Amino acid sequence: MNRKTGKVFSTALHYLLAGTIAFIVVIPFLWMISTALKDKGALLAVPIQWIPAEPSLDSFRKVFEVFPFARSFFNSVIITFFTVLVTLLSASMAAFAFAKLHFRGKKILFSLFLATLMIPQQVTTIPLFLVLRTFGLLDTYTGVVLPSIFSAFAIFMLRQHMAGIPNDFMEAARIDGASNFMVYRIVILPLVSASLATLGVIIFMTAWNDYFWPLVVLSDRHKMTLTLALNQLNGQYSSWYNVLMAGSLLSMIPIILVYIAAQRWFKTGLQLGGLK
Amino acid sequence: MPHLHRNKTEGSSAFLFLLPSLSGFLILSLVPVLGSLVLSLTSWDGLRSLSDFGGAGAFLQDQFVGGAHYAEILGSEEFHRVLRNTLYFILLYLPGILVLSITAALILNRKLPGATLFRVLFYIPVLTSWVAGALVWKWVLSPEYGVLNNLLALVHIQGPGWLFTDTWAMPGIVLASLWKDIGFFGLIILGGLQGISPTYYEAAELDGAGKLQQLYRITIPLLSPTIFFVLIIAVINSIQLFPQVMVMTTTTGISEPRPSTQVLVERIYRYAFRYYKMGYAAAFSWILFVIVFSLTAIQMRLQKVWVHYES
Repeated sequence: MNRKTGKVFSTALHYLLAGTIAFIVVIPFLWMISTALKDKGALLAVPIQWIPAEPSLDSFRKVFEVFPFARSFFNSVIITFFTVLVTLLSASMAAFAFAKLHFRGKKILFSLFLATLMIPQQVTTIPLFLVLRTFGLLDTYTGVVLPSIFSAFAIFMLRQHMAGIPNDFMEAARIDGASNFMVYRIVILPLVSASLATLGVIIFMTAWNDYFWPLVVLSDRHKMTLTLALNQLNGQYSSWYNVLMAGSLLSMIPIILVYIAAQRWFKTGLQLGGLK
Repeated sequence: MPHLHRNKTEGSSAFLFLLPSLSGFLILSLVPVLGSLVLSLTSWDGLRSLSDFGGAGAFLQDQFVGGAHYAEILGSEEFHRVLRNTLYFILLYLPGILVLSITAALILNRKLPGATLFRVLFYIPVLTSWVAGALVWKWVLSPEYGVLNNLLALVHIQGPGWLFTDTWAMPGIVLASLWKDIGFFGLIILGGLQGISPTYYEAAELDGAGKLQQLYRITIPLLSPTIFFVLIIAVINSIQLFPQVMVMTTTTGISEPRPSTQVLVERIYRYAFRYYKMGYAAAFSWILFVIVFSLTAIQMRLQKVWVHYES
């Protein structure tokens, strides 16, 4: 085998592998779309129909009929928005203190914060549930969003980036009489905007798709997020796959839109997300 | 002394900046961690309040069980089964995800025409919520009407009953998990690949090394720190397996999943929020912590043997 045929062979192998993996990944999605366009009878056709004989959007209408799905959509938007906002605000403030201010016990506090990364979420869930119940925060947006006020992962990531900013930038502002808050707001935040965007994308995705924590906090149908709504539909209409698939597709639209709009942040975000 | 003065004001302003995170840390992390420890030593149902018992002392006198929960869990047939199920999942999932994500990353790294399309396709499952993903897979794995068994039928293989059987339910969950995670780990590995200096390959070409040799002698060793990282995350995620089991093998988490798909987090959720055995569930969650922690520690130890760091 000479060099040239070797190259052709390797490229062909390459596309074959790529095609196989892409096939495996895509098949469930095509199946999802195809199913959402079927009526209940067509679901049970054997052999299966890839293109529905009588396509209809009826199952999309049905989703809203059998469940307050529009309300869940709204709940997810609110909860995700505030989760992103609260995490970025609280974490960037703490990161600024750790990166740029001097205070006693800084090292110990930072290590304590980092140590929480080792503790699985499930350990704190039960007492946290009891705390929320005591304060009447079960079945509220606040209850779902509250834990995001402390994110060791976000603090760590932002601190690393802020520490890389030369102190001269801050000193110049301080000489002009800027307070620490102004330094944080006007000098530091704009300089770490790329990290904030990346982090925002990771948090958005995690919050939008979260299941465990909302499942613990929310039990009222009208407060449920989209993932919980789908979970409920799964229980009540477990054989109505056209309705389930229509609901699943609808739940994916916002995240795909955000993905298209913020692709470059997603790329770095997904790579960093592994650290979480 | 201006310097001292500045440190003092800086200290108080640092406190203000830390206030939200610090209060979150104390109330939402530290107190719950300690609370969970205490809880795990009691048989509290989580329903009666401290005043129902007549104060903390009376509460402890009435509810304190010491390490009884831990002993009960560790000795139970259920715990061993749950552990076996998790181990079985890891055994099937880890080799699969390594091969698939490394392959996906190698493909993406070559930047052939169509690479962008592949990247977008690999991402879609990552962007999907686990609930939506698990619902699709429940349907894909439907014994009679599902895609998989219908595809298998084309090559004259009679597919199993997947989620409806004890033997095939867990492999079904593994398939769904592989599908969900290829893009995520593929991307992390791609990051590692792009960090390898092209000079290594140029030198290897000059020495006449073939592509396969380059893969084994250069790519894999230089990629080992990234693969190590992927292994750590993949193992931690596997131990915390939850939504796929809840959606694929129970009805909204109310019914019990079949014994062969019961896993740690699912048990914790059920004991705490379905059976209100808060103390028992808390003990279970600490056992989960010990498992995660020790498996990570073991891997850290083992990395010296096989992970190659560029000096």
